Amino acid sequence: MALNRRSFLKAAGLTTLAGLGGHAAMELLAPGALEAAQPAQVGAYPEALTAKRWAMLIDTEKFTSAELYQKCIDACHKTHNVPTIPGKQEVKWLWTERYAGTFPEQQHALVPEKVKHQPFLLLCNHCDDPPCVRVCPTKATFKRADGIVMMDMHRCIGCRYCMAGCPYGARSFNFRDPRPFVENIDEHYPTRMKGVVEKCTFCEDRLAKGQLPACVEVSEGALIFGDLADEDSEVRRILRERYSLRRKPSLGTNPSVFYLI
Amino acid sequence: MLEKALQGNKTYWGWIGALLVLIGIGFGCYLYQLNEGLTITGLSRDVSWGFYIAQFTILVGVAASGVMLVLPYYLHGHKPFGRLVIYGEFLAVAAVIMCLLFIVVDLGQPQRLMNVLLHPTPNSILFWDMVVLNGYLFLNIVIGWSHLHAEKKGIRPPSWVKPLIYLSIPWAISIHTVTAFLYAGLPGRHFWLTAILAARFLASAFACGPALLLLILFIVRRVSDLVIPREAIQTLSKIITYAWILNLFFLALELFTGFYSNLPGHMHSFEYLFAGHHGYDSLVPWMWNFVFLAVTSLILMVNPGTRNNQTTLIIALIMMFVAGWIDKGLGLIIGGFVPNPFEGITEYWPTIPEAFIAVGVYAAGFLILTVLYKITLEVRRANA
Amino acid sequence: MYDGNKIIPGLVIFLGLITFPFWYNIGSAAYEKPQLKLPEIEKECVEPKDWIRAEHMQLLDDWRDLAVRDNTRLYVNQAGKSFDMSLSKTCMSSRCHANKAEFCDRCHDALAVSPYCWDCHVEPPIVEE
Repeated sequence: MALNRRSFLKAAGLTTLAGLGGHAAMELLAPGALEAAQPAQVGAYPEALTAKRWAMLIDTEKFTSAELYQKCIDACHKTHNVPTIPGKQEVKWLWTERYAGTFPEQQHALVPEKVKHQPFLLLCNHCDDPPCVRVCPTKATFKRADGIVMMDMHRCIGCRYCMAGCPYGARSFNFRDPRPFVENIDEHYPTRMKGVVEKCTFCEDRLAKGQLPACVEVSEGALIFGDLADEDSEVRRILRERYSLRRKPSLGTNPSVFYLI
Repeated sequence: MLEKALQGNKTYWGWIGALLVLIGIGFGCYLYQLNEGLTITGLSRDVSWGFYIAQFTILVGVAASGVMLVLPYYLHGHKPFGRLVIYGEFLAVAAVIMCLLFIVVDLGQPQRLMNVLLHPTPNSILFWDMVVLNGYLFLNIVIGWSHLHAEKKGIRPPSWVKPLIYLSIPWAISIHTVTAFLYAGLPGRHFWLTAILAARFLASAFACGPALLLLILFIVRRVSDLVIPREAIQTLSKIITYAWILNLFFLALELFTGFYSNLPGHMHSFEYLFAGHHGYDSLVPWMWNFVFLAVTSLILMVNPGTRNNQTTLIIALIMMFVAGWIDKGLGLIIGGFVPNPFEGITEYWPTIPEAFIAVGVYAAGFLILTVLYKITLEVRRANA
Repeated sequence: MYDGNKIIPGLVIFLGLITFPFWYNIGSAAYEKPQLKLPEIEKECVEPKDWIRAEHMQLLDDWRDLAVRDNTRLYVNQAGKSFDMSLSKTCMSSRCHANKAEFCDRCHDALAVSPYCWDCHVEPPIVEE
């Protein structure tokens, strides 16, 4: 593999700064004691997509068919082995909700019929100031430097405080072992175990390998993904040109998901 | 001193046996939950906390209410409470242990519980709740036990206990304040997002907690040689009355703010709880029962004639405790999750295994309480 | 000795209980080093075999935290060869230990440990030859 040694070492150095504990660093060095000339190194993939703050635009005008919604949802749920559990203990990362439920307190009854009955795509808002991260007692959910609100399913104790904290209903709890409810398990992504909370991760695993989120990839241009901190990015250009809404702006969470109207 | 809990009559052992049976049933149901996951409860994606967390919240209040004996006795020298303080402290011990158990049974991954200590997170209120609850448990065990030990030996309690007692007074306030902060700091939950929540929690706790303590002491008096000074009952009844008035007053303040301002978010949960919402009304009868019990017990407690009459006092205390239990145990938690973030409604009701697990936790708490009270009674009988 | 009739039986019961693992295993076969099926294609592991044998759980633990918490997914070993930090995609790839039952489980079973990695991480399907 062609690897730019310098950028790689830089990435490794940054990782250390970002809080990779002395413990991990030491253990990674341990094999060196045996025979090798230089210690093992860790870093990011050179092809990884990076940003200062990831954001998603949902172009509600382009979502004209139920099939397109379903295509995005299926892509997401298949990629991440999201189980299909019937009833009120369901698990979902990406789903649709009616207009009134998507924008409570911002909606009124006299909007065009088309809007009133149109479904809207919902997912984790990857807030700038996420209440779920504030309340989590173990840092199992945390905000990354690039704005992604991440979930560490290994650390979650299943207290569900984040579910009470999330104002957007973005989080699902594994009330039971989800595996029997995943059709065609994708072996490249883990399932979850019972008793942990999960949600959309903006496909951080795909970004790390240079791929766009699964839903964006199949959305036929209806979902736009990019760096909100970069003034020249496509998302910033579109936000300058078109009117957009965010869900529940009065709560001060500052979501990274925008709805183009 | 523990050996003193091993001597008792048939009633005592029958009671212990009954508690052990309930603990066993609860434990069996818990193993079932551990195996199947929380899917065996009535909880859902929308109502993600329920019966367990509600009992936890009430019991934090019961634990904190021990201070209603400690404070008048140690800060105001109210002598009639002297021999009762320890019962308040031991009730706090049992209540905090029940709280911790309710947290554990609510966890999806209880074997990872220690992650809270391995990865301490001061920005989480749950972290602080863990700190204050364990601290309060420690304080009450040390204070109660050292006093009892001194009493057994016929000496004065060691002097180092005094600062701990003074510390335990603000600490008691802190446990229920922090528990209220669990709810009151969430931006998306209008029903809980209110500055008065902690005050309301404390008021209802200082009414229902001592009410429960008095009821328990009345039962203990029937089955033992416990003497409750008449003046102590009267003082405690007055404390309970004032606290209950404050609780209902604070509730009225909530209703005013919500309904006069006409803010939809502030009214929705109340509307669901007291009137039902589009046919979802499973809590409506409970909430109106709460109103009836709350008002009736208030009348019985305010009126000196009925407050000082043993029979009507007991009726009032039972009514008040049940009212407080409905208010905090059903209305507060479920109401906070209804409507959901999409203005939809998912109702919640505990399942049978869920209820048995809760009963099992209560039985474990009462077992601890029984043992502690038994030891106290035996020590005092030996000294008498 | 006061209460000797209580203390001595108590001590005997106590000793019996704490030595339980020893006499419970009397008569059962002695520990045998499990025979592992090594990969046929890939001959070199991520790190030297002896170190991996002792420390693989630590390595995986570090990989897990690095990948999930630090967005760091590339591992370059001492020989300069790079790997994706992934249990299922690297360790259990078709070139390496795809057969969990004949590799991972053999040692874990023999040592009576049951790591719950595979509750979530997917064991690759066994390809019939």
